[in-house]
Amino acid sequence: MDNLGELLHGFTIAVTVPHLALMVVGVLLGILVGVLPGLGAPNGVSLLLPLTFGMQPVSAIILLSSMYWGALFGGSVTSILFNIPGEPSSVATTFDGYPMARDGRPTTALATAFGSAAFGALIGVILITFLASWVAQVALAFGPPEYFAVYFLAFASFVGMGGAAPIKTVVALAIGFAIAAIGIDTVSGSVRLTMGIDELVKGVNFVVAVMGLFGIGELLVAVEEEFHARAVSSKIDWREVFRAVGRLPRHSVALLRSAAIGCWMGITPGGPTAASFMSYGIARRFSRRGRYFGTGEVEGIISPETADHAAGTSALLPMLSLGIPGSATAAVMMGGLMIWGLNPGPMLFVDQKDFVWGLIASMYVGNIVAVALVLLTVPVFAALMRIPFVVIAPLIVIICVVGAYSVSNSYLDVVMMLGFGIVGYLFKKLFYPLAPLVLAIVIGDKAEDAFRQSMLMSKGSLGIFFANKLVTCLIVAGIALLLLPLALQLARPWRKPISPTAETTAQEKVII
Amino acid sequence: MGGTSRLLLSAAAAVLAGTMPALAAWQPQKPIEFVATAGPGGGTDNLARAVQNIITKYKLTEQPIVVVNKGGGSGAEGYVYGKASAGDPYKVIFGTSNAWQQPLVSKVAFNYTDLTPIAAMAQDEFLLWVKQDAPYKTAGDYLKAAASGEFKMGGAQSKDTDEVLTRMIEKAGHVKLTYIPFKSGAETAVQLAGGHLDSHVNNPSESLGQWRGGTQRPLCVFSPKRLAPGAKVTATEGWGDVPTCVEQGLDIKQYEQPRTVWLPGKVTPEQAAFYVDLMKKVQATPEWKDYIEKTSQVDTFLTGAEFDKFIKEDLEHVKQVAGEQGWLVK
Repeated sequence: MDNLGELLHGFTIAVTVPHLALMVVGVLLGILVGVLPGLGAPNGVSLLLPLTFGMQPVSAIILLSSMYWGALFGGSVTSILFNIPGEPSSVATTFDGYPMARDGRPTTALATAFGSAAFGALIGVILITFLASWVAQVALAFGPPEYFAVYFLAFASFVGMGGAAPIKTVVALAIGFAIAAIGIDTVSGSVRLTMGIDELVKGVNFVVAVMGLFGIGELLVAVEEEFHARAVSSKIDWREVFRAVGRLPRHSVALLRSAAIGCWMGITPGGPTAASFMSYGIARRFSRRGRYFGTGEVEGIISPETADHAAGTSALLPMLSLGIPGSATAAVMMGGLMIWGLNPGPMLFVDQKDFVWGLIASMYVGNIVAVALVLLTVPVFAALMRIPFVVIAPLIVIICVVGAYSVSNSYLDVVMMLGFGIVGYLFKKLFYPLAPLVLAIVIGDKAEDAFRQSMLMSKGSLGIFFANKLVTCLIVAGIALLLLPLALQLARPWRKPISPTAETTAQEKVII
Repeated sequence: MGGTSRLLLSAAAAVLAGTMPALAAWQPQKPIEFVATAGPGGGTDNLARAVQNIITKYKLTEQPIVVVNKGGGSGAEGYVYGKASAGDPYKVIFGTSNAWQQPLVSKVAFNYTDLTPIAAMAQDEFLLWVKQDAPYKTAGDYLKAAASGEFKMGGAQSKDTDEVLTRMIEKAGHVKLTYIPFKSGAETAVQLAGGHLDSHVNNPSESLGQWRGGTQRPLCVFSPKRLAPGAKVTATEGWGDVPTCVEQGLDIKQYEQPRTVWLPGKVTPEQAAFYVDLMKKVQATPEWKDYIEKTSQVDTFLTGAEFDKFIKEDLEHVKQVAGEQGWLVK
């Protein structure tokens, strides 16, 4: 176990007073940028980057990665409390986190989210520690067809799961793909769907879309229904924080499955966003309480959060060993590495042992620091739910407007965000599902690029998706997931009949 | 630096005199925005942040500088923003040859003539890379192998510098290559390492780590003479040991990508002069040399007529390639 020795050496670097202090500062700053939507981890890290130029590389990366952990945690806070995902990867957390918080259990929702997130991160770091070289090899096996197969799998696991009428899911997906296509197309280099608005050449930013769809959309529904017009009387109970964390082991199957999905998507690298969606979709399919998902289920929070953090953590490995960033934040940090004079790539593990293992050790310590700090803040954040709706509603609008503007200092983004708010409202009123729309906006263009790159490579033959074992397995798994609901439906007549009215109401409830 | 203190003095004098108009030089009066026409972490972004860092360290201007990323649409977002900010001397746009190449091949709503050129600050070189265990040792071997089978060439973006160079190689080497566009050079490098491509034409910094790690190696550099020796990259070789492509029978003498700096259109000559001067000062610092060396670029400084000439020549050349390929937008 060479790695274990190296890791212990890493701990001697990471566990020093200045480095621990850097971790606390980084985590607190991270929570702050994570909570403010639109700011987000990538922007936060790039703001901090110039300050690190005078530092030792290992200190600098500890500060930045701690900020990353803090932001990942902080991103879940607004998703759960206000239905505004601060990070793309926390969208899936809103599906059950927000209903649970509205149900008067914000403490439970937050503590569950943080506890499972910490578990996911821990599994991710352990994977990095022991399988670094193997993982790097796996990632190399992924060419365009394999990437497409991974995205296809993510779509399949989520899309086929039902909930809304299948035709509505398809419509939502199609709209999402169209939105993802706006801007410059990677493969042909031409401008698409800008509708005469010059600035749209940049495409639709994801944060802008989700803040409108979820934040503003939810607000419009709430205003109309007067349902949320009073504050939620949430009890602030310290013990509930620990009880919620203590209950996690009961969901060990969900935890382990989600961590596995997260690690897989982190190293392949499908990324944290695809991981959290896929994990949620699969949990919904396989959980015994799957049909209640969307109404505030504990496993509906555990699954996306665990996968998100497992993926976020293991995504740092391809960055270090191959030089491909697994997420936007990893891309910023990679820029930092180059400025500090380090070259991400296979030789980093050989040339810069202190740096690499100091960083890996700091992931263990940094995550413990982060989860401790963030659990302490739960009651404070939960108390926000007590603020009356008349006060919180304008605040949400302000947060969304400022958040949308700060993405790229553009007024157009604010207008688009409000437009997405109306779309979100209409989707909810007409029982169209938002999740496939969001998934298509996020990974639609990546999936399209991968598909067309594959077609270029094979000169238009679909055979490339069955050219080797890896890609065949992925595609077959995806098709199986797509067909599973159909197979179940065909099998249904032989099972005991379910009363049709109960079915419809349950369906309408779980539409997200 | 004498220039700095003189400028500072004149600025101070202007402030002291209050209403007295600044005679000598224009000075910024509010925070300056550096617009990187690329996402965080890319080469253009690194340049903008390195320049920001140097200016702040040496207090080359009194005003704070913020870097914003507008990399959407292969950088078009940043240039369109620059065009929309006409007359505003507080927006500095950092880009590449994209500024004049992109409008040729896609219907973007800007052209380089909408901007005020300040300088080209560094040149990034291009090399021909193959997988470490590929059988060919020289560009000649590569072309021979490519003639018998269709090779897959990867690159960043479509109809951009990488694809233009690929088409030039096809013509000069009498081969046919399948070009596969990816989002970035780093992504392309990993695809080559995984054996999904046969070659790519990355800049040195994009494949440095991969070369050291023994996953890929350069065959030749598209430059009239070999690169500066510098430190060894692998155990036995450094950038200076890479032969030129002409030496190896691939007749493309020179192909490089300038890192360019622009102001929006309709700014005054005094305002442009301030930034030309500012960039010159940045280039004179040891930190700049350090940045150039770490990113394996070539230090150049083109401004004024020289820069114009460079753009015109490059434009003619790209127009020719794009015309042959049928890329030109009407």
